[in-house]
Amino acid sequence: MEFGFTTAAYVVAAVLFILSLGGLSGQESAKRAVWYGIAGMALAVAATLVGPGAGLWLVSVVLIALGGVIGYQLATRVQMTQMPELVAAMHSLVGLAAVFVGYVAHIELVRVLGMTPEERVGLDGFAALLAHKTLVEVNILRVELFLGVFIGAVTFTGSVIAYGKLAGRVNTAAAKLPGGHVLNASAAALSVLCLIWYFNTGGLLPLILMTAAALFIGYHLIMGIGGADMPVVVSMLNSYSGWAAAAIGFSLGNDLLIVVGALVGSSGAILSYIMCKAMNRSFISVILGGFGGPAGEQQAVEGEQVAIDAEGVASALDEADSVIIIPGYGMAVAQAQQNVAELTKRLRAKGKTVRFAIHPVAGRLPGHMNVLLAEAKVPYDIVLEMDEINEDFPSTDVAIVIGSNDIVNPAAQDDPNSPIAGMPVLECWKAKQVFVSKRGQGTGYSGIENPLFFKDNTRMFYGDAKKSLDDLLTKIS
Amino acid sequence: MQEGTKDVKIGTPKEVFEGEARVAMTPDSARMLRKLGYDCAIEAGAGVAAGFLDEAYAEAGVEIFNTAAGLWKEADVVAKVRPPTDAEVKRLTDGKLLISFFWPAQNGELMEAAAKKGASVIAMDMVPRISRAQKMDALSSMANIAGYRAVIEAGNNFGRFFTGQITAAGKVPPAKVLVVGAGVAGLAAIGTSTSLGAITYAFDVRPEVAEQVESMGAQFVFLDFEEAAKDGAESGGYASVSSPEFTAAQLAKFRELAPDIDIVITTALIPNREAPELWTKDMVEAMKPGSVIIDLAAEKGGNCKLTVMDQKIVTDNGVTIIGYTDFPSRMATQSSTLYATNIRHMMTDLTPGKDGKVNHNMEDDVIRGATIAHAKEVTFPPPPPKIKAIAAQKPKEKVKELTSQEKRAAEVTAFKAQTKSQVTLLAVGGALVLGVGLFAPASFMQHFIVFVLAVFVGFQVIWGVAHSLHTPLMAITNAISSIIILGALMQIGSGSGLVILLAALSVFMAGINIFGGFLVTRRMLAMFQKS
Repeated sequence: MEFGFTTAAYVVAAVLFILSLGGLSGQESAKRAVWYGIAGMALAVAATLVGPGAGLWLVSVVLIALGGVIGYQLATRVQMTQMPELVAAMHSLVGLAAVFVGYVAHIELVRVLGMTPEERVGLDGFAALLAHKTLVEVNILRVELFLGVFIGAVTFTGSVIAYGKLAGRVNTAAAKLPGGHVLNASAAALSVLCLIWYFNTGGLLPLILMTAAALFIGYHLIMGIGGADMPVVVSMLNSYSGWAAAAIGFSLGNDLLIVVGALVGSSGAILSYIMCKAMNRSFISVILGGFGGPAGEQQAVEGEQVAIDAEGVASALDEADSVIIIPGYGMAVAQAQQNVAELTKRLRAKGKTVRFAIHPVAGRLPGHMNVLLAEAKVPYDIVLEMDEINEDFPSTDVAIVIGSNDIVNPAAQDDPNSPIAGMPVLECWKAKQVFVSKRGQGTGYSGIENPLFFKDNTRMFYGDAKKSLDDLLTKIS
Repeated sequence: MQEGTKDVKIGTPKEVFEGEARVAMTPDSARMLRKLGYDCAIEAGAGVAAGFLDEAYAEAGVEIFNTAAGLWKEADVVAKVRPPTDAEVKRLTDGKLLISFFWPAQNGELMEAAAKKGASVIAMDMVPRISRAQKMDALSSMANIAGYRAVIEAGNNFGRFFTGQITAAGKVPPAKVLVVGAGVAGLAAIGTSTSLGAITYAFDVRPEVAEQVESMGAQFVFLDFEEAAKDGAESGGYASVSSPEFTAAQLAKFRELAPDIDIVITTALIPNREAPELWTKDMVEAMKPGSVIIDLAAEKGGNCKLTVMDQKIVTDNGVTIIGYTDFPSRMATQSSTLYATNIRHMMTDLTPGKDGKVNHNMEDDVIRGATIAHAKEVTFPPPPPKIKAIAAQKPKEKVKELTSQEKRAAEVTAFKAQTKSQVTLLAVGGALVLGVGLFAPASFMQHFIVFVLAVFVGFQVIWGVAHSLHTPLMAITNAISSIIILGALMQIGSGSGLVILLAALSVFMAGINIFGGFLVTRRMLAMFQKS
């Protein structure tokens, strides 16, 4: 097939991908957007298979089909609460694929460069493309594929660790090897040295050395980031997988790869930025892990936490006209979203206004809570963002906090010495009454004391979120 | 306390003060006190004025004494409302505990007399204002009632509706109420007034209460006055004396409001001082006939100097000024219930063991603060509490009301700054691209331009993505990032052995990703439903 056809197909595919991302601006248009994405991908794969440079297409189709079966199984079986793990796991596949493609490019490059001009004439496919390159282009190619492999490798181990942390197989606490960031810095320095080495010699050894260093950076970087920062990590890895694809696109001279890689890369970067802003922290401080040390002594919290039982909550809800529910990761852990939805349904049936307030970093993935609530069939038009609902708390009768902690911590506003000072939070304490469903008296992921629990209008509803709500539902008809 | 085996008895005599209808113990509070292990006693007829009959007390297990003398003799703890009279102080003996309002600053001699007798005295008006002690803050519960009652009393003397109405018989404008001083009484008055439908304004020297005022539905009257804001926390949440300039600005504002206001409720008190004059004679004269002034500060000389304590007067221009000081007593059932509960909470704190034994712990901030006589010594005034009454005020940024010109100027500067940063970014970016262009070959530049444009498009498109769809966005970007399959597909046909193996693996993994990513996105999006 002609080269022109492939390019044309690529242009159409690129447009479809852009439409697909743009369509996510609304819930309804999003349903159409997925089909744009699927069509774009199908077109791109088909055009590549019939286009120049492809071979062994039977094997390719079989492999894609095989992968498709596994992907289908994964997608249909996964629980919505496990979505963060799934996304992280899939990122690792893209990262690994980028590493492999980069290596293949290297092997081919070495092979082609070793040929005489006469031999090169007979080449076809990818090798033919390489054969036409000038010396400068070859050098640039080396840098590009080097970058592709580097980012791919970081993405791979980073995603594997992120998956482990999200799935609870790796300790979620921030852990660092002795040496901390010095180790990362030296690994990065080693990679730069390898780049210079590789640039000059084109040998395999610096590439392998760099890969090892990059794999270590990915592992160590993500190990050092605590569970509460996972939304940033996942979107950052998403971004990396895009940049890896773009870098590979450069080395293969494939514009569609570049375009899509750039789209994905910038999407992930923006998501990370939004998440960081929601926590009032700089990207650097999240990546370097842990919270910055407090600027001074934190205000001591005075008072006591007052517990309440299901009966008390039920009677307060019975009297309330307006209710705002603030879900957090605790709801996902306890799988309590169905109960929350049932509670919402019953309260709404009684004519009460029930709404949800979602903090941008609630959960372990951007938008995590929205997906869980959607799964439980909570209508999306009563699920509101922080900025939309924060001003409504003073006129709200009851706020129910289910498994969230830092995102409702008044210390962020009141205590300039708090580690989370300045982070925008949901001002639920301004509601007439606040119920906090929480497992125990502990301080949660970040280990920061939460003065909300000690406020006069706060009552603690201790227990596993799901069980507590089960009790509550028996009291509310 | 001294009788080893006998249970400690809490007794409440009949109030001897003329017109006082409240009582310090109710049948309900007696039941709770008995749960703490105490015996309860009451003088016959003590609760009648507040609507609690002797039978009700007897039913709650309270012992009834026919004479005050008998009660004072038998009771180990005496709970009262009003400060004791001289005669009552004489009845105190060593080891007895008296709990009542006392006003120790004014009643110094009484306090010394009580201390000399060896009795302990807890003054309910001295309970420190900290969160833990709110449940025994009798001043607040009484002020709450006074504020409510003040509005009711005003309505009683006011010839019109509070709420505006449009009836077949004509239009009725709503009443305009001004509440001066937004303490507990002021806030209660605001709440009552707004719920009756009046247009309510409120003023306080502490601008930080504006938020509370507005939350109750009233408008806060702001002064055009700049002063270093005083930190209310320093004075335990109470108002302190203002500067002469501030007072002048405040009076000018009131003078401006006076002709429009129908009902004025003044509640401004400064601890241990005469009440400040806030509503002057000329303001009263400026008011419409039929207007009502309720002066809750009458006991301390009144916020209006025309006020006569404990009396209702009508001025020459037909303005009614009410200077009653017994608002809580006028709602004796309600105020007795609240006061008795305050006393009961105090006893709970005094009985940590719930064993019917008083443990007068002078280390406890609340108990120490309220105790004015203990172990034959006067313990007033108390040392400052260890905990500040309310959280220290945050240093506030000054939000200035901008004029339209200033706003415009600010917008222009912001626009200029934005333009500047954008131009700088463009210039730097352009220079970088040019720099790359100088060295890189043309084939690279082609791809590079595509790359830069794609990043740009990506940034533009992603900002529009709905917040709630961030998870689907990640899933879909994950799916399309498996576009890396193109690279693998291009390579799989070239070369052999290791190349094919690696490329095949990549194709396989990307295949998982494509199907998994798109399907899971579809599954998620299908769940989003409108109500």
